[in-house]
Amino acid sequence: MTGHNHFRLGLVLLMAPLLIWLLSLIFIPHIDMLFLSLSEKVAPRVYETGLSNYAAFFNEPLYWNTFARTAVMSILATFLTLLIGFPVSYYIAKMVRGRVRAFLFIMCMIPFWVSELVRTFGWMILLRETGVISSFLVFTGLSEGPVELLYNDVTIMVGLVYTSMLFMVVPLVTTLDSLDDSLVEAGYDLGGNGLRVLRKVIIPHAMPGIVSGCIVVFMLSLGNYLTPVLLGGKDSMWFTEQIYTQFITRFNWEQGAAFGFLLLILSSLIVWGGLKITRQTLSNTMG
Amino acid sequence: MIPTIPQSRAFKSIYAGYITLFFIYLAAPLVVVSVFAFNDSLFPSLPWNGFTLDWFFGDTAPRKGLFHEEPILESIGVSVFVALMVTTLSVFVGTCNAFLFERENFPFKNVLYILMLLPLVIPGIILGISILVFSNTIANAVENLIGWDWEILRPGLFLVVLGQFSFITTIATLVISARLRKFDLTLEEAAMNLGASKWHAVRTITLPYLRPAMIGAGLIAFLMSFENFNTTLMLVGSDAPLTITMFDRLREGSTPVLNAVSLFLMIVSGMLALVNVMMQREKQ
Repeated sequence: MTGHNHFRLGLVLLMAPLLIWLLSLIFIPHIDMLFLSLSEKVAPRVYETGLSNYAAFFNEPLYWNTFARTAVMSILATFLTLLIGFPVSYYIAKMVRGRVRAFLFIMCMIPFWVSELVRTFGWMILLRETGVISSFLVFTGLSEGPVELLYNDVTIMVGLVYTSMLFMVVPLVTTLDSLDDSLVEAGYDLGGNGLRVLRKVIIPHAMPGIVSGCIVVFMLSLGNYLTPVLLGGKDSMWFTEQIYTQFITRFNWEQGAAFGFLLLILSSLIVWGGLKITRQTLSNTMG
Repeated sequence: MIPTIPQSRAFKSIYAGYITLFFIYLAAPLVVVSVFAFNDSLFPSLPWNGFTLDWFFGDTAPRKGLFHEEPILESIGVSVFVALMVTTLSVFVGTCNAFLFERENFPFKNVLYILMLLPLVIPGIILGISILVFSNTIANAVENLIGWDWEILRPGLFLVVLGQFSFITTIATLVISARLRKFDLTLEEAAMNLGASKWHAVRTITLPYLRPAMIGAGLIAFLMSFENFNTTLMLVGSDAPLTITMFDRLREGSTPVLNAVSLFLMIVSGMLALVNVMMQREKQ
C-alpha cells in the first residue's frame, strides 16, 4: 500500500512541472486572450462581451486585405521554397555520397545557426540602393544609376525563402534518403523517362517530407515579423505588424487579441489540414 | 536521375551549376555582413574604403567599436542572462517531461503529449501576446485585490524568460526523450538489485547516461533563446536583449558596428554548433 502511494507521489511530482508549464504559459493565456478579444470597450473602464473586434476586422478592408495578403504571400513563399529546395535535397540525398554529402548538408545548416536578424541584415546590405548588387549593376554598366532593390514584394519573398530553406531541406533529405535506388532504376527499366520517374516514383515517395516541410515553412512565414518589416519597409503590410501595432502602438489590446486569434486559427487550420491530407499525426511529424 | 543512370553531360553540368548557385545564395548575406565589418566607412555599404578594425576596437564616436559601445555590451549581457535562465529552466522541465513520457503510464498520456508539442506550432508572436495579456490580467487582479503593483508581471525580463521558456521546453523535451528511449532499463534494475534505491539508481546510472542529450538540449536552448526575436518583441521592457537592440539600430540605420556584432554572433553560434556536432559524434 505504501509502495503504491509512493509511486503516485512520484508521478505527481514528475507531472507537476509539465502541468504548471502548459497551464500557466500556454493554456490559460490563450483562454484569457480569447476572452479579451471578445470584450469591447463601451465607456472608459467599462467592457461588454461582444464580437465587435472581429466585426472590425471584416468591416475594415485594410485589415482583411493584410490578412489575405499575408496568407497568399506565405503560400507563395512555401511553394517557392519547395521548388528551390527540392533539387538541392535530391542532390544531397541521391547524387553525392560520403564526405561530400555530409559537407553539403552541413553547409545547408550553417546559415540557420546564425540569428535571423543577421541574415536579414545581410540581405539589406546586398539589396539597398548603395548596396552590393546595385553597385555591381552600375559598375558593369547594366544599369545607368543606383537601383533600390529593397522595399518591394520580391525582396520580401527572397528573404522569406532564405529564412525557411532549412525547414524544407532537412525533412526532404530525410525522406529522399529512404528511397531505394533500385526503385528509381526499375522506373527507368520499365521505360520511364526522367520526368515520369520523378512524377510517379520520387515525388510520391517524398510526399511525407514535402508536407511536413511545407507546413513548417508556411507557419514560419505567416508568423514572421522581421523579414517583412526590414526588407519590405513601410508598405510590407504583414499581419503580424498589425498585431504589433494594435498592442504596442495603439494600445488597443482587445483588437490585437482578436487579430492574434485569427492568425492562430489560420495557422492551426493549415497544420491540421496538412496532417489530415497525409494521414500523419503531430506526434510523428515533430518527434 | 541517380548516379547509376547515365545522364547527358549538359544535364549534369546544369544540375551542378544550380547547386553552386544555391550555395552562393545561402552564403552571400553572411559573407557581406562579415566583410563590411572591416570597411573603413561610416555606413555598411560600398564603396570599399580600406580595411579597419575600428568597428571592433574604436573608442570615440562616431567610430565607436563593439567593445566600447556600452548599450550593445549591456544588451549582450541581458541576452546571456535571459538565455542562461531559459536554458536551466527548460532543461530541467524537459528532463522531467522525458521521464514522464518515456517511463510512466497514466490516463490521457497521448493527449498530454500532443499538448506538449503544441507550442511548436503556435507562431511566436502569439505566444508572446497571450503571455502578455495573461500576466497583465494577474497584475491587475492583484492590484485591485490587495493594492500591490506587481512590477515583475509587467513587460520585462521575467516575462521574456517565461515567453521563451514556453516553447523552448518542447524542444528540450524532444531531444532528451530521444536519448532516454534508447536507455537499457536493465542497467537501472541491476543497480537496484545491488541495493540502490530507485532515485539513487537514476542519479548514478540514468542521469550520467542522459548527460550528452542534456548538454545538447542546453546548447540548442541557449542559442534559440539568444536569437529569439518574435516572442521577445512582445514582452520586452526597458532592458532590451541584443536582438531587440540590433533591430532598433537596423531600422534607424547604423554604422558598421552592427556588422561587427553580427560577425561576433556568427563566431559564437558557429562554435556552439561545432560543440554540438562533436557531442553528437561522441554519442555514436
